[in-house]
Amino acid sequence: MATQNKVFIDVEVDSSVAGDAAVAAKLEEVCPVDIFKNADGRVEVVDENVDECVLCKLCLEAAPAGTVHVRKLYDGTEL
Amino acid sequence: MRFFEFEARKIVELAGIPVTRYGFCTTPEEARAAAAEIGGPVVIKSQVLTGGRMKAGGVKFADTPDEAAAHAEAILKLEINGHMPRGVLVDPKAEVKQEYYAGVVWDGTAKRPLMLFSDMGGIDIEEVARTHPDHVGRGHVSNLFPIPDFEAKQTIAATGVTGSQLNRATPILARLARLFRENDMTLAEINPLAELTDGSFVALDAHMEMENEAVGRQKRLLRKELQIAEDDTREVYEHSEFEENVAAIDAADHRGVIQGKDHGFTGNLGLVIGAGGGSLTLTDAVRNQGGKPANYSEIGGNPSVAKACGLAKEVLQKDGVEKIAVMMSIVSNTRVDIVARGVIKACLELGKDPGETIAIFRIPGAWEDEGFKILDRYGVEYCDRSVSLWEAAGRAVAKVQGATA
Repeated sequence: MATQNKVFIDVEVDSSVAGDAAVAAKLEEVCPVDIFKNADGRVEVVDENVDECVLCKLCLEAAPAGTVHVRKLYDGTEL
Repeated sequence: MRFFEFEARKIVELAGIPVTRYGFCTTPEEARAAAAEIGGPVVIKSQVLTGGRMKAGGVKFADTPDEAAAHAEAILKLEINGHMPRGVLVDPKAEVKQEYYAGVVWDGTAKRPLMLFSDMGGIDIEEVARTHPDHVGRGHVSNLFPIPDFEAKQTIAATGVTGSQLNRATPILARLARLFRENDMTLAEINPLAELTDGSFVALDAHMEMENEAVGRQKRLLRKELQIAEDDTREVYEHSEFEENVAAIDAADHRGVIQGKDHGFTGNLGLVIGAGGGSLTLTDAVRNQGGKPANYSEIGGNPSVAKACGLAKEVLQKDGVEKIAVMMSIVSNTRVDIVARGVIKACLELGKDPGETIAIFRIPGAWEDEGFKILDRYGVEYCDRSVSLWEAAGRAVAKVQGATA
Protein backbone atom coordinates (compact mmCIF):
# COMPACT_ATOMS: atom_id res chain seq x y z
CA MET A 1 0.00 0.00 0.00
CA ALA A 2 3.03 2.29 0.25
CA THR A 3 3.24 5.21 -2.15
CA GLN A 4 5.81 4.59 -4.85
CA ASN A 5 7.82 7.44 -6.35
CA LYS A 6 9.98 7.62 -9.45
CA VAL A 7 8.20 4.71 -11.08
CA PHE A 8 8.08 6.29 -14.54
CA ILE A 9 10.47 9.22 -14.45
CA ASP A 10 13.78 10.00 -12.82
CA VAL A 11 15.20 13.49 -12.54
CA GLU A 12 18.76 14.35 -11.60
CA VAL A 13 20.57 17.65 -11.26
CA ASP A 14 24.35 17.73 -11.63
CA SER A 15 26.24 18.61 -8.49
CA SER A 16 27.96 21.37 -10.47
CA VAL A 17 24.75 23.44 -10.52
CA ALA A 18 22.80 21.99 -7.60
CA GLY A 19 24.18 24.66 -5.29
CA ASP A 20 23.59 27.55 -7.68
CA ALA A 21 20.92 29.79 -6.16
CA ALA A 22 19.96 31.31 -9.51
CA VAL A 23 19.45 27.87 -11.10
CA ALA A 24 17.49 26.69 -8.06
CA ALA A 25 15.19 29.70 -8.28
CA LYS A 26 14.72 29.30 -12.02
CA LEU A 27 13.99 25.56 -11.84
CA GLU A 28 11.43 26.07 -9.09
CA GLU A 29 9.78 28.79 -11.15
CA VAL A 30 9.55 26.95 -14.47
CA CYS A 31 8.46 23.46 -13.45
CA PRO A 32 4.65 23.22 -13.82
CA VAL A 33 4.41 20.24 -11.50
CA ASP A 34 6.76 21.38 -8.69
CA ILE A 35 9.51 18.81 -9.14
CA PHE A 36 12.19 21.30 -8.10
CA LYS A 37 12.36 23.19 -4.84
CA ASN A 38 14.62 26.09 -4.06
CA ALA A 39 15.91 25.05 -0.64
CA ASP A 40 17.87 28.06 0.59
CA GLY A 41 19.68 28.44 -2.71
CA ARG A 42 20.15 24.73 -3.38
CA VAL A 43 18.18 22.65 -5.90
CA GLU A 44 16.14 19.95 -4.22
CA VAL A 45 14.24 17.31 -6.22
CA VAL A 46 10.80 16.63 -4.72
CA ASP A 47 10.56 12.87 -5.10
CA GLU A 48 6.76 12.58 -4.73
CA ASN A 49 6.26 14.92 -7.70
CA VAL A 50 8.72 13.34 -10.12
CA ASP A 51 6.19 10.97 -11.68
CA GLU A 52 4.01 14.01 -12.45
CA CYS A 53 6.60 15.21 -14.99
CA VAL A 54 4.81 16.30 -18.18
CA LEU A 55 7.97 16.09 -20.31
CA CYS A 56 7.79 19.79 -21.15
CA LYS A 57 11.61 20.22 -21.14
CA LEU A 58 11.35 23.65 -19.48
CA CYS A 59 13.87 22.54 -16.83
CA LEU A 60 16.35 21.58 -19.53
CA GLU A 61 16.08 25.06 -20.96
CA ALA A 62 16.26 26.80 -17.59
CA ALA A 63 19.48 25.15 -16.47
CA PRO A 64 22.89 25.12 -18.20
CA ALA A 65 22.97 22.58 -21.00
CA GLY A 66 23.46 18.99 -19.86
CA THR A 67 23.08 19.68 -16.13
CA VAL A 68 19.49 18.46 -15.68
CA HIS A 69 18.67 14.89 -16.68
CA VAL A 70 15.10 13.66 -17.18
CA ARG A 71 14.90 9.93 -17.81
CA LYS A 72 11.82 7.98 -18.88
CA LEU A 73 12.20 4.78 -16.95
CA TYR A 74 9.58 2.96 -19.01
CA ASP A 75 11.58 3.08 -22.23
CA GLY A 76 15.07 3.92 -21.03
CA THR A 77 15.35 7.15 -22.97
CA GLU A 78 16.42 10.58 -21.75
CA LEU A 79 14.93 13.93 -22.80
CA MET B 1 -33.94 19.28 -5.25
CA ARG B 2 -36.94 17.56 -3.79
CA PHE B 3 -39.48 19.10 -1.43
CA PHE B 4 -41.53 17.63 1.35
CA GLU B 5 -45.27 17.75 0.82
CA PHE B 6 -45.73 20.53 3.38
CA GLU B 7 -43.18 22.62 1.50
CA ALA B 8 -44.74 21.85 -1.88
CA ARG B 9 -48.09 22.88 -0.42
CA LYS B 10 -46.57 26.19 0.69
CA ILE B 11 -45.09 26.79 -2.79
CA VAL B 12 -48.51 26.18 -4.35
CA GLU B 13 -50.11 28.51 -1.81
CA LEU B 14 -47.56 31.25 -2.54
CA ALA B 15 -48.51 31.03 -6.22
CA GLY B 16 -52.13 31.84 -5.35
CA ILE B 17 -53.52 28.34 -5.76
CA PRO B 18 -56.14 27.46 -3.13
CA VAL B 19 -55.15 24.82 -0.60
CA THR B 20 -56.93 23.33 2.41
CA ARG B 21 -56.08 24.67 5.88
CA TYR B 22 -53.21 22.37 6.83
CA GLY B 23 -50.74 22.19 9.68
CA PHE B 24 -47.16 20.91 9.68
CA CYS B 25 -46.38 19.36 13.07
CA THR B 26 -43.36 17.75 14.65
CA THR B 27 -44.98 16.55 17.90
CA PRO B 28 -48.25 14.78 18.79
CA GLU B 29 -49.30 17.85 20.81
CA GLU B 30 -48.92 20.09 17.77
CA ALA B 31 -50.94 17.58 15.74
CA ARG B 32 -53.69 17.62 18.37
CA ALA B 33 -53.82 21.42 18.29
CA ALA B 34 -53.84 21.50 14.48
CA ALA B 35 -56.69 18.97 14.34
CA ALA B 36 -58.68 20.97 16.91
CA GLU B 37 -58.16 24.16 14.91
CA ILE B 38 -59.24 22.50 11.66
CA GLY B 39 -62.28 20.90 13.36
CA GLY B 40 -63.85 17.70 12.08
CA PRO B 41 -62.15 14.62 10.59
CA VAL B 42 -58.52 15.00 9.54
CA VAL B 43 -55.86 13.01 7.76
CA ILE B 44 -52.34 12.65 9.23
CA LYS B 45 -49.60 12.22 6.64
CA SER B 46 -45.96 11.32 7.22
CA GLN B 47 -43.52 13.85 5.73
CA VAL B 48 -40.87 11.74 4.05
CA LEU B 49 -39.07 12.08 0.74
CA THR B 50 -40.13 8.67 -0.49
CA GLY B 51 -43.19 7.00 -1.93
CA GLY B 52 -45.41 4.24 -0.54
CA ARG B 53 -46.54 6.19 2.52
CA MET B 54 -50.10 4.84 2.50
CA LYS B 55 -48.97 1.22 2.17
CA ALA B 56 -46.38 1.63 4.95
CA GLY B 57 -48.94 3.06 7.39
CA GLY B 58 -47.72 6.62 7.05
CA VAL B 59 -51.17 8.03 6.26
CA LYS B 60 -54.00 7.69 8.80
CA PHE B 61 -57.42 9.23 9.32
CA ALA B 62 -58.66 10.66 12.62
CA ASP B 63 -62.06 11.87 13.77
CA THR B 64 -60.93 13.65 16.92
CA PRO B 65 -57.88 15.70 18.03
CA ASP B 66 -56.90 12.93 20.50
CA GLU B 67 -56.98 10.35 17.75
CA ALA B 68 -54.93 12.72 15.56
CA ALA B 69 -52.30 13.02 18.31
CA ALA B 70 -52.13 9.24 18.74
CA HIS B 71 -51.69 8.68 15.00
CA ALA B 72 -49.09 11.44 14.81
CA GLU B 73 -47.10 9.81 17.63
CA ALA B 74 -47.04 6.49 15.77
CA ILE B 75 -46.26 8.02 12.37
CA LEU B 76 -43.44 10.18 13.74
CA LYS B 77 -41.66 7.00 14.86
CA LEU B 78 -42.35 5.12 11.64
CA GLU B 79 -39.43 4.62 9.24
CA ILE B 80 -40.52 4.36 5.60
CA ASN B 81 -38.07 2.96 3.05
CA GLY B 82 -35.19 3.92 5.31
CA HIS B 83 -36.45 7.49 5.85
CA MET B 84 -37.55 8.90 9.19
CA PRO B 85 -40.26 11.54 8.82
CA ARG B 86 -39.44 15.23 9.09
CA GLY B 87 -42.87 15.69 10.72
CA VAL B 88 -46.54 15.10 9.90
CA LEU B 89 -49.03 17.07 7.88
CA VAL B 90 -52.48 17.45 9.43
CA ASP B 91 -55.03 18.04 6.73
CA PRO B 92 -58.84 18.25 6.76
CA LYS B 93 -60.61 15.26 5.27
CA ALA B 94 -62.14 17.10 2.35
CA GLU B 95 -65.62 16.50 0.90
CA VAL B 96 -64.52 15.76 -2.64
CA LYS B 97 -66.89 15.74 -5.62
CA GLN B 98 -64.24 14.93 -8.23
CA GLU B 99 -60.47 14.54 -8.33
CA TYR B 100 -58.35 16.01 -11.15
CA TYR B 101 -54.65 16.04 -11.97
CA ALA B 102 -52.69 19.21 -12.83
CA GLY B 103 -48.99 19.10 -13.55
CA VAL B 104 -46.11 20.76 -15.35
CA VAL B 105 -42.98 18.87 -16.35
CA TRP B 106 -39.86 19.78 -18.29
CA ASP B 107 -40.03 18.39 -21.81
CA GLY B 108 -36.38 17.75 -22.63
CA THR B 109 -37.10 17.02 -26.27
CA ALA B 110 -39.08 20.19 -26.91
CA LYS B 111 -36.94 22.13 -24.40
CA ARG B 112 -40.06 23.78 -23.00
CA PRO B 113 -42.32 23.24 -20.00
CA LEU B 114 -45.26 20.94 -20.71
CA MET B 115 -48.62 21.39 -18.97
CA LEU B 116 -50.57 18.23 -18.23
CA PHE B 117 -54.16 17.99 -17.05
CA SER B 118 -56.50 15.08 -16.45
CA ASP B 119 -60.02 14.68 -15.17
CA MET B 120 -58.89 11.39 -13.65
CA GLY B 121 -56.90 12.55 -10.63
CA GLY B 122 -55.72 10.81 -7.48
CA ILE B 123 -53.91 8.07 -9.37
CA ASP B 124 -50.61 7.91 -11.25
CA ILE B 125 -50.75 10.14 -14.32
CA GLU B 126 -48.53 7.61 -16.16
CA GLU B 127 -51.21 4.98 -15.61
CA VAL B 128 -53.95 7.32 -16.87
CA ALA B 129 -51.88 8.22 -19.92
CA ARG B 130 -51.44 4.53 -20.70
CA THR B 131 -54.99 3.35 -20.11
CA HIS B 132 -57.03 6.48 -20.92
CA PRO B 133 -54.92 8.67 -23.21
CA ASP B 134 -57.97 10.73 -24.19
CA HIS B 135 -58.24 11.85 -20.56
CA VAL B 136 -54.86 13.60 -20.57
CA GLY B 137 -54.51 17.09 -22.03
CA ARG B 138 -51.08 18.43 -22.95
CA GLY B 139 -49.80 21.89 -23.87
CA HIS B 140 -46.35 23.46 -24.09
CA VAL B 141 -45.69 26.93 -22.74
CA SER B 142 -43.02 29.44 -23.62
CA ASN B 143 -39.72 29.70 -21.75
CA LEU B 144 -39.68 33.47 -22.26
CA PHE B 145 -43.08 35.04 -22.92
CA PRO B 146 -45.86 35.47 -20.34
CA ILE B 147 -48.03 32.40 -19.92
CA PRO B 148 -51.62 33.32 -20.81
CA ASP B 149 -54.60 31.62 -19.16
CA PHE B 150 -56.02 30.55 -22.52
CA GLU B 151 -53.16 28.07 -23.05
CA ALA B 152 -54.08 26.37 -19.79
CA LYS B 153 -57.73 26.46 -20.78
CA GLN B 154 -57.02 24.70 -24.08
CA THR B 155 -55.06 22.00 -22.26
CA ILE B 156 -57.91 21.37 -19.82
CA ALA B 157 -60.61 21.55 -22.48
CA ALA B 158 -58.82 18.80 -24.42
CA THR B 159 -59.94 16.37 -21.71
CA GLY B 160 -63.62 17.26 -22.20
CA VAL B 161 -63.92 19.44 -19.08
CA THR B 162 -66.34 22.32 -19.69
CA GLY B 163 -68.44 24.95 -17.92
CA SER B 164 -67.65 26.19 -14.42
CA GLN B 165 -65.16 23.36 -13.85
CA LEU B 166 -63.16 24.58 -16.84
CA ASN B 167 -63.31 28.17 -15.64
CA ARG B 168 -62.24 27.29 -12.10
CA ALA B 169 -59.43 24.90 -13.07
CA THR B 170 -57.93 27.23 -15.71
CA PRO B 171 -56.24 29.79 -13.40
CA ILE B 172 -54.90 26.96 -11.25
CA LEU B 173 -53.09 25.26 -14.13
CA ALA B 174 -51.86 28.62 -15.46
CA ARG B 175 -50.49 29.59 -12.04
CA LEU B 176 -48.85 26.18 -11.71
CA ALA B 177 -47.09 26.72 -15.05
CA ARG B 178 -45.93 30.18 -13.94
CA LEU B 179 -44.60 28.92 -10.61
CA PHE B 180 -42.83 26.08 -12.45
CA ARG B 181 -40.96 28.54 -14.63
CA GLU B 182 -40.34 31.25 -12.05
CA ASN B 183 -39.00 28.79 -9.48
CA ASP B 184 -36.88 26.70 -11.88
CA MET B 185 -38.83 23.53 -11.18
CA THR B 186 -38.35 20.31 -13.08
CA LEU B 187 -41.68 18.98 -11.80
CA ALA B 188 -44.73 20.73 -10.32
CA GLU B 189 -47.67 18.50 -9.69
CA ILE B 190 -51.02 18.79 -7.90
CA ASN B 191 -52.57 15.37 -7.48
CA PRO B 192 -55.31 15.33 -6.58
CA LEU B 193 -56.65 18.72 -7.48
CA ALA B 194 -60.05 18.40 -5.86
CA GLU B 195 -63.39 19.86 -6.79
CA LEU B 196 -65.22 20.06 -3.47
CA THR B 197 -68.95 19.59 -3.01
CA ASP B 198 -69.37 23.38 -2.94
CA GLY B 199 -67.83 23.60 -6.43
CA SER B 200 -64.54 25.16 -5.33
CA PHE B 201 -61.15 23.73 -6.35
CA VAL B 202 -58.31 23.06 -3.89
CA ALA B 203 -54.91 21.38 -4.08
CA LEU B 204 -55.06 18.36 -1.77
CA ASP B 205 -51.52 17.14 -2.43
CA ALA B 206 -48.58 18.64 -4.27
CA HIS B 207 -45.22 17.39 -5.43
CA MET B 208 -42.41 19.73 -6.45
CA GLU B 209 -38.84 19.23 -7.62
CA MET B 210 -36.40 22.04 -8.35
CA GLU B 211 -33.46 21.96 -10.74
CA ASN B 212 -30.39 21.45 -8.53
CA GLU B 213 -28.38 23.98 -10.49
CA ALA B 214 -30.98 26.66 -9.68
CA VAL B 215 -30.74 26.33 -5.92
CA GLY B 216 -28.28 29.23 -5.77
CA ARG B 217 -30.65 31.68 -7.41
CA GLN B 218 -33.78 30.56 -5.59
CA LYS B 219 -32.56 31.64 -2.17
CA ARG B 220 -35.59 33.80 -1.48
CA LEU B 221 -37.96 30.86 -1.83
CA LEU B 222 -35.71 28.30 -0.18
CA ARG B 223 -34.31 30.26 2.74
CA LYS B 224 -36.93 32.95 3.39
CA GLU B 225 -40.25 31.39 2.47
CA LEU B 226 -39.54 27.72 3.19
CA GLN B 227 -36.71 28.25 5.72
CA ILE B 228 -34.66 25.38 4.33
CA ALA B 229 -31.13 25.43 5.75
CA GLU B 230 -28.21 25.73 3.35
CA ASP B 231 -26.78 22.33 4.37
CA ASP B 232 -30.14 20.61 3.85
CA THR B 233 -29.23 19.34 0.39
CA ARG B 234 -31.88 16.59 0.17
CA GLU B 235 -29.48 14.00 -1.23
CA VAL B 236 -31.35 10.98 -2.51
CA TYR B 237 -29.09 8.62 -0.58
CA GLU B 238 -26.13 8.70 1.81
CA HIS B 239 -22.77 8.78 0.08
CA SER B 240 -20.67 5.65 0.39
CA GLU B 241 -17.11 5.64 1.68
CA PHE B 242 -15.97 5.14 -1.93
CA GLU B 243 -17.87 8.22 -3.10
CA GLU B 244 -16.61 10.33 -0.23
CA ASN B 245 -13.01 9.23 -0.74
CA VAL B 246 -13.13 10.00 -4.47
CA ALA B 247 -14.65 13.42 -3.75
CA ALA B 248 -11.88 14.13 -1.23
CA ILE B 249 -9.16 13.14 -3.72
CA ASP B 250 -10.75 15.41 -6.31
CA ALA B 251 -11.02 18.33 -3.90
CA ALA B 252 -7.41 18.02 -2.76
CA ASP B 253 -5.92 18.61 -6.23
CA HIS B 254 -7.09 21.30 -8.65
CA ARG B 255 -5.77 19.45 -11.70
CA GLY B 256 -8.47 17.66 -13.69
CA VAL B 257 -11.73 16.25 -12.42
CA ILE B 258 -12.71 12.86 -11.07
CA GLN B 259 -16.04 11.57 -9.80
CA GLY B 260 -17.07 8.20 -8.52
CA LYS B 261 -20.46 6.69 -7.75
CA ASP B 262 -21.23 3.21 -6.56
CA HIS B 263 -24.78 3.45 -5.25
CA GLY B 264 -26.61 0.45 -6.69
CA PHE B 265 -23.46 -1.08 -8.25
CA THR B 266 -22.33 -4.49 -7.02
CA GLY B 267 -20.33 -5.86 -9.94
CA ASN B 268 -16.80 -7.17 -10.34
CA LEU B 269 -15.52 -4.90 -13.12
CA GLY B 270 -14.26 -1.55 -11.85
CA LEU B 271 -14.59 1.36 -14.24
CA VAL B 272 -12.17 4.24 -14.72
CA ILE B 273 -13.95 5.99 -17.55
CA GLY B 274 -14.83 9.38 -18.97
CA ALA B 275 -14.67 11.99 -21.73
CA GLY B 276 -17.54 13.79 -23.39
CA GLY B 277 -20.38 11.48 -22.44
CA GLY B 278 -18.06 8.49 -22.51
CA SER B 279 -18.87 7.45 -18.96
CA LEU B 280 -22.57 6.93 -19.64
CA THR B 281 -21.94 5.27 -22.99
CA LEU B 282 -19.30 2.96 -21.55
CA THR B 283 -21.32 1.97 -18.49
CA ASP B 284 -24.20 1.04 -20.79
CA ALA B 285 -21.82 -0.78 -23.13
CA VAL B 286 -20.39 -2.86 -20.28
CA ARG B 287 -23.89 -3.74 -19.07
CA ASN B 288 -25.17 -4.52 -22.55
CA GLN B 289 -22.18 -6.78 -23.14
CA GLY B 290 -23.23 -8.79 -20.08
CA GLY B 291 -20.76 -7.22 -17.67
CA LYS B 292 -21.37 -6.09 -14.11
CA PRO B 293 -19.87 -2.68 -13.35
CA ALA B 294 -18.66 -2.16 -9.80
CA ASN B 295 -19.04 1.58 -10.06
CA TYR B 296 -19.60 4.59 -12.26
CA SER B 297 -16.85 7.18 -12.64
CA GLU B 298 -15.76 10.20 -14.57
CA ILE B 299 -12.22 11.30 -15.23
CA GLY B 300 -11.13 14.17 -17.42
CA GLY B 301 -9.79 17.70 -17.67
CA ASN B 302 -6.19 16.45 -17.59
CA PRO B 303 -5.90 15.11 -14.06
CA SER B 304 -2.55 14.66 -12.37
CA VAL B 305 -0.96 11.23 -12.08
CA ALA B 306 -1.82 11.33 -8.38
CA LYS B 307 -5.49 12.01 -9.07
CA ALA B 308 -5.82 9.26 -11.69
CA CYS B 309 -3.97 6.94 -9.32
CA GLY B 310 -6.26 7.90 -6.44
CA LEU B 311 -9.42 7.13 -8.41
CA ALA B 312 -8.04 3.81 -9.69
CA LYS B 313 -6.97 2.80 -6.19
CA GLU B 314 -10.41 3.54 -4.78
CA VAL B 315 -12.04 1.49 -7.54
CA LEU B 316 -9.60 -1.40 -7.08
CA GLN B 317 -10.21 -1.50 -3.34
CA LYS B 318 -13.98 -1.87 -3.68
CA ASP B 319 -15.36 -5.18 -2.51
CA GLY B 320 -15.73 -7.69 -5.32
CA VAL B 321 -13.63 -5.84 -7.92
CA GLU B 322 -11.49 -8.28 -9.89
CA LYS B 323 -10.27 -6.10 -12.73
CA ILE B 324 -10.62 -2.54 -13.94
CA ALA B 325 -11.38 -1.23 -17.39
CA VAL B 326 -9.80 2.12 -18.26
CA MET B 327 -11.73 3.55 -21.18
CA MET B 328 -12.53 6.96 -22.60
CA SER B 329 -13.74 8.52 -25.83
CA ILE B 330 -11.05 10.26 -27.83
CA VAL B 331 -9.38 12.77 -25.54
CA SER B 332 -7.89 16.11 -26.46
CA ASN B 333 -7.51 17.84 -23.12
CA THR B 334 -6.51 14.80 -21.07
CA ARG B 335 -3.14 13.18 -21.61
CA VAL B 336 -3.18 9.47 -22.27
CA ASP B 337 0.28 8.92 -20.78
CA ILE B 338 -0.62 10.68 -17.53
CA VAL B 339 -3.73 8.52 -17.02
CA ALA B 340 -1.69 5.43 -17.94
CA ARG B 341 0.88 6.31 -15.29
CA GLY B 342 -1.88 6.89 -12.73
CA VAL B 343 -3.71 3.59 -13.19
CA ILE B 344 -0.51 1.54 -13.38
CA LYS B 345 0.80 3.23 -10.26
CA ALA B 346 -2.45 2.35 -8.47
CA CYS B 347 -1.94 -1.32 -9.31
CA LEU B 348 1.70 -1.27 -8.20
CA GLU B 349 0.96 0.49 -4.93
CA LEU B 350 -1.71 -2.13 -4.15
CA GLY B 351 0.69 -4.95 -4.96
CA LYS B 352 -1.15 -5.96 -8.13
CA ASP B 353 0.20 -6.77 -11.56
CA PRO B 354 -1.03 -4.04 -13.97
CA GLY B 355 -1.04 -6.51 -16.87
CA GLU B 356 -3.41 -8.80 -14.99
CA THR B 357 -5.49 -6.14 -13.25
CA ILE B 358 -6.24 -3.74 -16.10
CA ALA B 359 -8.59 -5.64 -18.38
CA ILE B 360 -8.33 -3.06 -21.14
CA PHE B 361 -6.90 0.42 -21.63
CA ARG B 362 -8.75 2.24 -24.39
CA ILE B 363 -7.93 5.94 -24.30
CA PRO B 364 -7.00 7.33 -27.69
CA GLY B 365 -5.92 10.94 -28.08
CA ALA B 366 -3.34 13.37 -26.79
CA TRP B 367 0.06 11.79 -26.08
CA GLU B 368 -1.21 8.31 -26.88
CA ASP B 369 2.13 7.13 -28.29
CA GLU B 370 3.83 7.96 -25.01
CA GLY B 371 1.01 6.27 -23.15
CA PHE B 372 1.30 3.13 -25.25
CA LYS B 373 5.03 2.89 -24.42
CA ILE B 374 4.16 2.84 -20.72
CA LEU B 375 1.41 0.26 -21.23
CA ASP B 376 3.78 -1.90 -23.27
CA ARG B 377 6.35 -1.78 -20.48
CA TYR B 378 3.82 -3.17 -17.97
CA GLY B 379 2.10 -5.66 -20.30
CA VAL B 380 -1.28 -3.92 -20.27
CA GLU B 381 -3.62 -4.64 -23.19
CA TYR B 382 -4.51 -1.39 -24.92
CA CYS B 383 -6.14 -0.21 -28.10
CA ASP B 384 -6.43 2.95 -30.13
CA ARG B 385 -9.42 4.65 -31.78
CA SER B 386 -9.76 1.89 -34.37
CA VAL B 387 -11.43 -0.14 -31.60
CA SER B 388 -14.87 1.19 -30.71
CA LEU B 389 -16.06 1.86 -27.16
CA TRP B 390 -18.49 -1.03 -27.59
CA GLU B 391 -15.78 -3.46 -28.64
CA ALA B 392 -13.41 -2.34 -25.89
CA ALA B 393 -16.18 -2.83 -23.31
CA GLY B 394 -16.79 -6.29 -24.73
CA ARG B 395 -13.12 -7.23 -24.39
CA ALA B 396 -13.06 -6.06 -20.78
CA VAL B 397 -16.21 -8.03 -19.94
CA ALA B 398 -14.82 -11.16 -21.61
CA LYS B 399 -11.62 -10.86 -19.61
CA VAL B 400 -13.30 -10.42 -16.25
CA GLN B 401 -15.75 -13.22 -16.99
CA GLY B 402 -12.86 -15.44 -17.96
CA ALA B 403 -11.19 -14.58 -14.69
CA THR B 404 -14.34 -15.45 -12.75
CA ALA B 405 -14.96 -18.74 -14.56
